[in-house]
Amino acid sequence: MEYIYYPGCSLESAGKPYDESLRAVFRALDIGLRELEDWNCCGATMYMSVDEALSMAISARNLALAEQAGFRDLIAPCSACYTVLMKTNRFLRESPELRAKVDHLLGQVGLKYSLSVKVRHPLEVLVNDVGIEAIASAAKRSLEGVAFAPYYGCQIVRPERGFDDSEFPTTMDSLFQRLGARAVYFPLKTRCCGGMLMTTFPDVCLQLVKDLLDCAVENGAECIATTCPLCQVNVEAYQKKVNKTFGTSYQVPVMYFTQLLGHALGCSEKELGLHKNLIAWNAPSSVLAA
Amino acid sequence: MASANISPIKFHAPVPGTLPAPERELRKRFLKEAEVVPGGARISQCLQCGTCTGSCPVSYAMDISPRMVIALFRAGQIEEILRSRTIWICASCYMCTTRCPQSIKITDLLYALKRTAIDAGVYPERFPVYLLSKNFVRIVNRYGRNQEMLLLLFYYLRRNPLALLRMLPLGLAMLRKGRISLFPKKIKGIDAIRTILGASKELELPREKGTVPYTEGAVGYRAVG
Repeated sequence: MEYIYYPGCSLESAGKPYDESLRAVFRALDIGLRELEDWNCCGATMYMSVDEALSMAISARNLALAEQAGFRDLIAPCSACYTVLMKTNRFLRESPELRAKVDHLLGQVGLKYSLSVKVRHPLEVLVNDVGIEAIASAAKRSLEGVAFAPYYGCQIVRPERGFDDSEFPTTMDSLFQRLGARAVYFPLKTRCCGGMLMTTFPDVCLQLVKDLLDCAVENGAECIATTCPLCQVNVEAYQKKVNKTFGTSYQVPVMYFTQLLGHALGCSEKELGLHKNLIAWNAPSSVLAA
Repeated sequence: MASANISPIKFHAPVPGTLPAPERELRKRFLKEAEVVPGGARISQCLQCGTCTGSCPVSYAMDISPRMVIALFRAGQIEEILRSRTIWICASCYMCTTRCPQSIKITDLLYALKRTAIDAGVYPERFPVYLLSKNFVRIVNRYGRNQEMLLLLFYYLRRNPLALLRMLPLGLAMLRKGRISLFPKKIKGIDAIRTILGASKELELPREKGTVPYTEGAVGYRAVG
């Protein structure tokens, strides 16, 4: 089985460890992952604020390229890319006139897209295609003793009704519990981190991040596992600023879920980009008996 | 007496049930933007229950709540919505859309309002969200991909250069960890992106015909078709 991989702009810079750990996990599980050649930005939420039809055409170029390369399943790890690409598929299916325009625009550059590509999140692919049991039998280390807050963020479960419940998803919880970790009670698991508000309205966003940290720590989490590059940056990189603003003293490691998973699968710290996290995580070292 | 010099006050009070001209124009633009949103017409089904406002993680920082946005739209006060902080504070987490009992696409409609505001030029100068979006589009159009560093650099230089200094420690920490890409690279297909851009300018936005039951000039119950 081979999937086509759409990293997205974030995973080229601040989200680099996400990209590295995702590739490491797929390697460890022996699943093919081919990067989409010459992909472009999905448009994110910001392009959408300026021009809707054009942003759809730009995001559809990626889907058309994936289709041309003969793939049906495209993996998009970034929540914004995942949502935007899925939304493109839906809008094109539901609005014939939008589709006519996008077809015309893609036609200008010799591309054609017939809606055959399915946009998928790596968490869902790992749990549904590979299966939790298969992953557990490939595990080299136990996650016993890890108390984590499962943080899904908003966009992978909304609004496209993707693969899990939109308010109380459990996919990540089940996966890591099977590997020995303990998911703490975390009712804010799909609460928004504020996204780009950290740049435009920092006061509002810092409050949101503080709420998340409060909730995770009060419930006994020692680290936060997340599926979104933007959540990771907001909650990890701005933790210092939260501490300064609210007089708290948080030092909570925030990991991409693929880093935690990769650790269980026996990948090295370097492969997983764990040394690139700003707040170090004390990894448990219990090795499973073969 | 001086009264001869005072010109008589002109009353612009509209005929009851109709809208003043500027509002009519904004309404027309907004309805055009809303038409592209699949299911956009469901805005007419709002019950004013307030689930959206209660679900919104940032409604506490808004001057007009999401529920009030729809109420103001009905009342013919689009300009007031466009001048509010609300549409720009939305972080698009889609909680309101997921929970709305009437399936109103609230987040997408807020995008339509943002586009209307940008299109009509109704926003404060050096306004953060507008600046960020514009620069984002500029970078994507030039390189094909977003470059986080460039985006923040452009943004803070225009918005508040001093804030750039405050960002420095975090920037350096991220740089040391190899989490900033310094040199933007163009994608090979950048010409394709530019062709798409050019071609889109020649096209009018597609419209779903007859899906929005509101009539342009009317407000209140009369407006609901």
